[in-house]
Amino acid sequence: MKEYINQGNNDTRSGFGDGLTELGRTRPDVVALCADLIGSLKMQTFIDENPDRFFQIGIAEANMMGIAAGLTIGGKIPFTGTFANFSTGRVYDQIRQSIAYSNKNVKICASHAGVTLGEDGATHQILEDIGMMKMLPGMTVINPCDFNQTKAATLAIADFEGPVYLRFGRPKVANFTTPELGFEIGKGIMLQTGSDVTIVATGHLVWEALEAAKKLNDLGISAEVINIHTIKPLDEEMILNSVEKTGCVVTAEEHNYLGGMGESIAGMLSRKHPTPLEFVATDDCFGESGTPAQLMEKYGLNKDSIIQKVHEVLKRK
Amino acid sequence: MTENVSLENITTQVRRDILRMVHKVNSGHPGGSLGCAEFFVALYFVIMEHDSAFSMDGKNEDLFFLSNGHISPVFYSTLARRGYFPVDELNTFRLIDSRLQGHPTTHEGLPGIRIASGSLGQGLSVAIGAALSKKLNNDPKTVYVLMGDGELQEGQNWEALMYAAGNGVDNIIATVDLNGKQIDGSTEEVLSLGDVRQKFEAFGWDVLELNQGNSLELIIQTLKQAKSRLGHKKPVAILMKTEMGNGVSFMMHTHAWHGKAPNDEQLATALSENKETLGDY
Repeated sequence: MKEYINQGNNDTRSGFGDGLTELGRTRPDVVALCADLIGSLKMQTFIDENPDRFFQIGIAEANMMGIAAGLTIGGKIPFTGTFANFSTGRVYDQIRQSIAYSNKNVKICASHAGVTLGEDGATHQILEDIGMMKMLPGMTVINPCDFNQTKAATLAIADFEGPVYLRFGRPKVANFTTPELGFEIGKGIMLQTGSDVTIVATGHLVWEALEAAKKLNDLGISAEVINIHTIKPLDEEMILNSVEKTGCVVTAEEHNYLGGMGESIAGMLSRKHPTPLEFVATDDCFGESGTPAQLMEKYGLNKDSIIQKVHEVLKRK
Repeated sequence: MTENVSLENITTQVRRDILRMVHKVNSGHPGGSLGCAEFFVALYFVIMEHDSAFSMDGKNEDLFFLSNGHISPVFYSTLARRGYFPVDELNTFRLIDSRLQGHPTTHEGLPGIRIASGSLGQGLSVAIGAALSKKLNNDPKTVYVLMGDGELQEGQNWEALMYAAGNGVDNIIATVDLNGKQIDGSTEEVLSLGDVRQKFEAFGWDVLELNQGNSLELIIQTLKQAKSRLGHKKPVAILMKTEMGNGVSFMMHTHAWHGKAPNDEQLATALSENKETLGDY
């Protein structure tokens, strides 16, 4: 098995902040907007270095999305920053009409996605955002797994023409990806090769999937682990090649199973290669207050849940 | 005035275009379109420094955004008559495979359109973004936006009004079409807008009032005045009173023609009041 070393826990939102800082230095066409959450989105360095290219919109997310759409006219590449909940559900129609349908080159950067936002509770813990965003024609949806990958994704989307939803989170989690793994929008990353089961994971669940694969290996089960950071467009080829070999799949994400990455994979497989599949995802419910670790455990979003679902799906082969 | 005689002719033809477009597909929004015919002609034929060789970025030219997208017939007619696309294409309004969708969109690549609109209350924010982009590009040209009065009921407008004033966005002229009517009745009956001037001023805008928004001469005068007031750290608004259905006797003084097309007989009457000037498409 390949060994992945945690280079030190760090938050994905800081990966975004670092990426934005780098873009500030290298890309004069990149501008940033924020709806009163500069600290949470780690945007301060970009602002200090590029005060003219930053727009504090205030607590007015609908206006932020419209202004971002307008800024593209004249060649700017706007990066909007707020929590995932306020980046999507609150402003769905603004994104739909002024950004997606109008095909504007806006990068919607969304922090604090999922239950790991923690103590603030369900009003802020969106578990439906991937679904909303992937349903918009022309929208690219990316959910990186650690600090390094979030930074790589932030840089990559600046070079990509078209609207993007970039989803990341609040807690400090294992930072384990390396430059050698690469980052290409729309391409999955093969983290472990295996033969008994395919585990496809995105976001915070990728490290959990690697941990689960280690335990499964001890139990004599060979798990292939694929990191899907780009949920739309989906790397169908990598998933199909894997399930042809393993014959079953577990998907893992910090999102409702309805509308999530797992649903996209299930839909694709049912059309192209029907395969037993189990979801590690929230079960059509809202979150609640608690620590990130407590919530991941309670809502079945950790390595133990992945192992349990692997056992279930293996019985269905 | 020779200039205005010619502009009158264009306006009359734009009215004919609007009426014939909505009649053909028995749908669309003639009332608000007719009410703003003079405004569009003044803007596109006199005021705006623009290039009908369309580019999305619109650098170093004035830009216009239509927030109340349902008055697409007047927008399409004006763009076609100004040379953005062939006048014959007005024949395809609201038909399958057309670039002239029911509400304006960039999706089909129609020259002259820079944002989709139809879901109300979004155009002012977009126009502010475009104005900020011009400032970053050291582009001295102006951004114009037209909004309906009914759509001021959408909260996003007030976010945008607050932002533009709070940040001194002073290269934008927002015109509100105060025709006092919306689908369900008068704005007063549906949801009173109160004193729009006081509201805009309280938000920090420099406000001009235009009580005869169907007078080409006064529209041009007011737009010129608005332009002269740019660059003073305040966004500029024009509150423009118009008559919905203007130029067609039976469509005026009622909200009935907001979203209803004339039948054959009504079309004939309306066209007889607006004789062909530039040639029908």
